[in-house]
Amino acid sequence: MNGNLAGIFYLGSRHLARQRGRVVLLVAALTLSLFLPLAITVGVNAVEKHLRARSVSTPLLLGAPGSQLELVFNALYFNKPSVPVLPFGVSREIARETGATVIPIHAKFQARGFRIVGTSLDYFRFRGLAVAEGNLMARLGDCVIGSGVAKRLGLKAGDRIVSTPEQMFDIAGVYPLRMRITGVLRPAGTADDQAVFCDVKTAWVIEGIAHGHQEANQQASSAVLEADGNHIALDSSIYEFQEVTPENIGSFHFHGDQSEFPLTAAIVIAPDAKTETILMGRYQPGRAKAWMHRPGVAMEELFDTVFRVRDFVVAALAVVGVCALLIMGLVFALSNRLRADEFRYLANLGAPAATIRGLVGFEAAFVIATSAILATAGTLVLLVAVPRLLVHFAV
Amino acid sequence: MAEDPRVVFAVRGITKVYGTGGLTVHALRGVDLDLYLGEFVVLLGASGSGKSTLLNILGGLDSATDGQVRYQEEEITTWSTAQLTEFRRDHVGFVFQFYNLIPSLTARENVALVTDIAVDPMSPEEALRMVDLQDRMDHFPSQLSGGEQQRVAIARAIAKRPGVLLCDEPTGALDVRTGIAVLRAIERINQEFGTTTVVITHNAVIAGMANRVIHISDGLIQRIDVNESRCDAGSLKW
Repeated sequence: MNGNLAGIFYLGSRHLARQRGRVVLLVAALTLSLFLPLAITVGVNAVEKHLRARSVSTPLLLGAPGSQLELVFNALYFNKPSVPVLPFGVSREIARETGATVIPIHAKFQARGFRIVGTSLDYFRFRGLAVAEGNLMARLGDCVIGSGVAKRLGLKAGDRIVSTPEQMFDIAGVYPLRMRITGVLRPAGTADDQAVFCDVKTAWVIEGIAHGHQEANQQASSAVLEADGNHIALDSSIYEFQEVTPENIGSFHFHGDQSEFPLTAAIVIAPDAKTETILMGRYQPGRAKAWMHRPGVAMEELFDTVFRVRDFVVAALAVVGVCALLIMGLVFALSNRLRADEFRYLANLGAPAATIRGLVGFEAAFVIATSAILATAGTLVLLVAVPRLLVHFAV
Repeated sequence: MAEDPRVVFAVRGITKVYGTGGLTVHALRGVDLDLYLGEFVVLLGASGSGKSTLLNILGGLDSATDGQVRYQEEEITTWSTAQLTEFRRDHVGFVFQFYNLIPSLTARENVALVTDIAVDPMSPEEALRMVDLQDRMDHFPSQLSGGEQQRVAIARAIAKRPGVLLCDEPTGALDVRTGIAVLRAIERINQEFGTTTVVITHNAVIAGMANRVIHISDGLIQRIDVNESRCDAGSLKW
């Protein structure tokens, strides 16, 4: 009490303990006032960093005419499945004419809540993805799962995963395909952890464009609707294979023109800057049958909007925070007024003025310091949690 | 009291004027007084007579406008605020009409507030036993009656073994029974520790406990009565 910090701490802490209800309210109010602007700023920055890293590392993205942003989210984060269809022939044409590496992306279907991404082996090289267990897919019907999928579903190489039917009660709809898991990818901290990768042809099987079934010439005559040389039409009693096996793989075949087969996007890696520029010109959005985008630019536009909103929200919260501080100042002033007798008596007992001032400041210092620590701790937790949440939600 | 009492306080020509210009109030108009070691003094007087002002100047809570106050050969009227703070901390025990306990501390902690900083204090438990509150040590002021709170205040005042115990209307807010209990505690301190004790009251009955009764009126000592024998606090009735 004679001016030392221990005395101030003792008296101050006892007062706070007695007024704990009020102190908790004050700390909660100030913590929120500090935490919310911090959390929004830090959270948005973390999201931006995460999204930007993936978009910037993807040079060009080809898609059907439509929303640039939806295309980016489909091809990079696998979470906008209903983008317009890009014919596979366009990507093949670009590869043939320019020597660019074109990686097909078919991100439309799901397996047990995780996106099935039909692509090529180039995708794994491009993203630097390696298997932690097993091998990359080797044939039709194989798949490789991200580390998040493996962890969540408890799957490993050698297990099977079944694609989710789009329409449960549509008997003419897409049949589920039971895929063989050949490998599990190492964690990448990106949307790849939450995806099921298969060859694009496997994705087309899931879509119903390709299929395998019993040999037509082995069917009972009652199942044959029409026979004309090599062309045999069968009724629906024919057995379609729901899993690709070494025994039935030969029966799987495609119907139609493969150049018209659907992709949701294609990642284009031009061999040089000149080719990249030519491609951007040839597939300029709004003028061609397929549009070429720079994902980094698309995300920039998104970030500009997000940042404008963030700045507005943070400014509003700052005003609320100032109001909270003013109210807190009023609470402290009233509290000290109520404690005037206590302070006067401490002075009578021989407490120096410094002790009284220390006591007056202690409560405010405690509330401010505690709130600042809690807000900082919350922000740090958020910093750690945001990337995990983004991966969890497949962003 | 000893046969040859030693002077603890020597007060000479003390005046205290509040206000300035035409609005001045003369609380004390030249008081001369000696207080002796171990004596029990009652200051009697009506409200506004100047007795609280005199007590506050003796205790270093207030400064005199003019005159001298010596405490054991040290002239305290020339001391700085910091010196007076130290003087109060080391030598003076106060008991006020309103108990001024810290509401967030228990009875024991309220006493420890003083024993933590005193040079040679008794333990808080010992001080509380002196006022018969050994069973209420861990109660908060709000859990104690008025008389118990005042006895905690007395325990706090005497725990540092002060040279003087200054009590300003210690029974003013209490009923007769609890008032007597408080007076018994003060009487016990005075008798067992030989602490010079000054009690302000306007209750003339209490004067029977004192060695000397100083009557103050209009800022002056009107009369000093010496009691040939002191009566016990327990025998008082009002």
